[in-house]
Amino acid sequence: MELIFEKSQPGRRAGRVPSYDLPVPEIPAELRRETPPRLPEVPENEIVRHFTELADRNFGIDTGFYPLGSCTMKYNPRVNERVVGLPGFRDLHPLQEDEGAQGALELMWELQEILAEVAGLPAVTLQPAAGSQGELTGLMLMRAAFADRGEHGRNVIITADTAHGTNPASVTMAGFELAKVATTDRGNLDLDDLRGKVDDRTAGLMLTNPSTLGLFDEGIEEVAEVFHSRGALLYYDGANLNAVVGRSRPGDMGFDIVHYNLHKTFSQPHGGGGPGGGPVAVRAELEPFLPAPVVVRDGDAFRLDHDRPRSIGRVRGFAGPFGVFVRSYAFMRAYGAALREMSDAAVLNANYLLARLKDVYDLPYDRLCMHEFVLSARSLKREHGVTALDVAKRLMDHGIHPPTIYFPLVVSEALMIEPTETETKERLDEFVDAMRSIAAEAATDPETLKGAPHTRPVRRLDEVKAAKEPVVRYAFEQPGAAATIESR
Amino acid sequence: MAGSESYPDDLRYHPEHDWARVDGDEAVMGITWYAQDSLGELVLFDGPEVGATLTKDEAYAEVESVKAVSDVIAPLSGEVLEVNQKAVDEPETVNEDPYGEGWLVRIRISAPGEVEALLDAGAYRAHIAEL
Repeated sequence: MELIFEKSQPGRRAGRVPSYDLPVPEIPAELRRETPPRLPEVPENEIVRHFTELADRNFGIDTGFYPLGSCTMKYNPRVNERVVGLPGFRDLHPLQEDEGAQGALELMWELQEILAEVAGLPAVTLQPAAGSQGELTGLMLMRAAFADRGEHGRNVIITADTAHGTNPASVTMAGFELAKVATTDRGNLDLDDLRGKVDDRTAGLMLTNPSTLGLFDEGIEEVAEVFHSRGALLYYDGANLNAVVGRSRPGDMGFDIVHYNLHKTFSQPHGGGGPGGGPVAVRAELEPFLPAPVVVRDGDAFRLDHDRPRSIGRVRGFAGPFGVFVRSYAFMRAYGAALREMSDAAVLNANYLLARLKDVYDLPYDRLCMHEFVLSARSLKREHGVTALDVAKRLMDHGIHPPTIYFPLVVSEALMIEPTETETKERLDEFVDAMRSIAAEAATDPETLKGAPHTRPVRRLDEVKAAKEPVVRYAFEQPGAAATIESR
Repeated sequence: MAGSESYPDDLRYHPEHDWARVDGDEAVMGITWYAQDSLGELVLFDGPEVGATLTKDEAYAEVESVKAVSDVIAPLSGEVLEVNQKAVDEPETVNEDPYGEGWLVRIRISAPGEVEALLDAGAYRAHIAEL
């Protein structure tokens, strides 16, 4: 497929800008560019065709099954888009004064209330724009709380060896030191290892529960006790919250700070880079430190409360990603009191897939799983030289988005599968059939797997070359340079 | 890319898939065939500075492949005397020849007693057979 720049011909255009009949402002000579920008010159119908062709090559949750473990690529109900398009929401200016934005503020306040109930913690900030920013906010809240107590020596955060990469990254970014705790053969945190690592320098724990192995930590209350008895705090990474909504609450497990991913658990569209939403909930003791402003209710009126003298300050412009709030709120209200059925179905679907695949792939932790589970292709690799990467690439030939692979790092040749709650049994069976046929193919025709995908717009990409010599812009000076990348 | 699986008898091994070739009070260190095979082709070796102090069992460098970024664990404590520039410039060398051209650092050993605690080739082979 040609790039839009390669379709360009001088003088072609898709529209005409009306002639400008106001005085032209004087732009200082040193600020003017010397050459015009090299924009592609293409007629309107060719632009439409170009981007339609690109869209046709795209794969998303609306195209097919997308069991990407740890990222909860769930269906985005269309009613959400209808609600977020209501003029009162859509046309609202972020600087609108509170009196003129009561409906929007009420929605945000109610969203805070629902999220607080889901976490089992009383106070919520909606500001953080993503899970990663929620993590940073949570760690800054910890630091503020310890500073308030005069405990300045607490500088170590403990994570699991199965943790998402964002956890250690957030720890470093927030200025803490990192320590890792091991996982037992059952997939729980190793309490003996943990007890040896928690002391008066420990600020807290960052943990997903269920873990990235898709397993609920059976010792979570003892884990919380180990930290709380030393005055440390527990942070809940909400990446895997889809497993437990309405069934168990992080606050009841002993967590003090929780972040949610509205773009995972609560159906904000997730592909294409966002926008996301990463609200944070805390225990009452930490409430004074939450970012300002928060939405408060005074009788029947709602307002943004900026008067928060002990706040860590803003973590995002305005009051947060408002469109994300509307979609997530619409999603929650559509379920209503039945919201727990979302998590029930997600867990049931994952266990159905696990039960139907564990005789043909290795299952390192043979337990009931939560909303996702981790298989291993280590036997396929040992016996046939077929890796998790080959399995993932071959799934694309079956019209299925590959699962997360090679994560978590504690499982070799890992395949991390998360079906989500909305898939039909027929769709799950198609996936099982594809996975089983690939396992059979590994024995009979491994070369086909190693060359996969065979039916997609591009074949196996050279990932090493892409990592070492990334080409991230179109090279006008060398006609055809970018085209060679495309013509693989 | 890589040669066939091997664990030379003249090396000592750390269970985190690192080796050390001890020569008097110095040692050359790198990652094992198993480590490079698990990672796949390396695209980056981010090593320590010459003069840095390494502590046994702690990370002293990072290697990156298209699968993952991994810490490299020090099998022995000591001071870095030399970093293999070829591994920095052409990290795939580590895949091609993990015990030769693809060595990572040379150190002056600060705690000679640590050498005895490392695995020999047979014990390391038994260790990876269980993984």
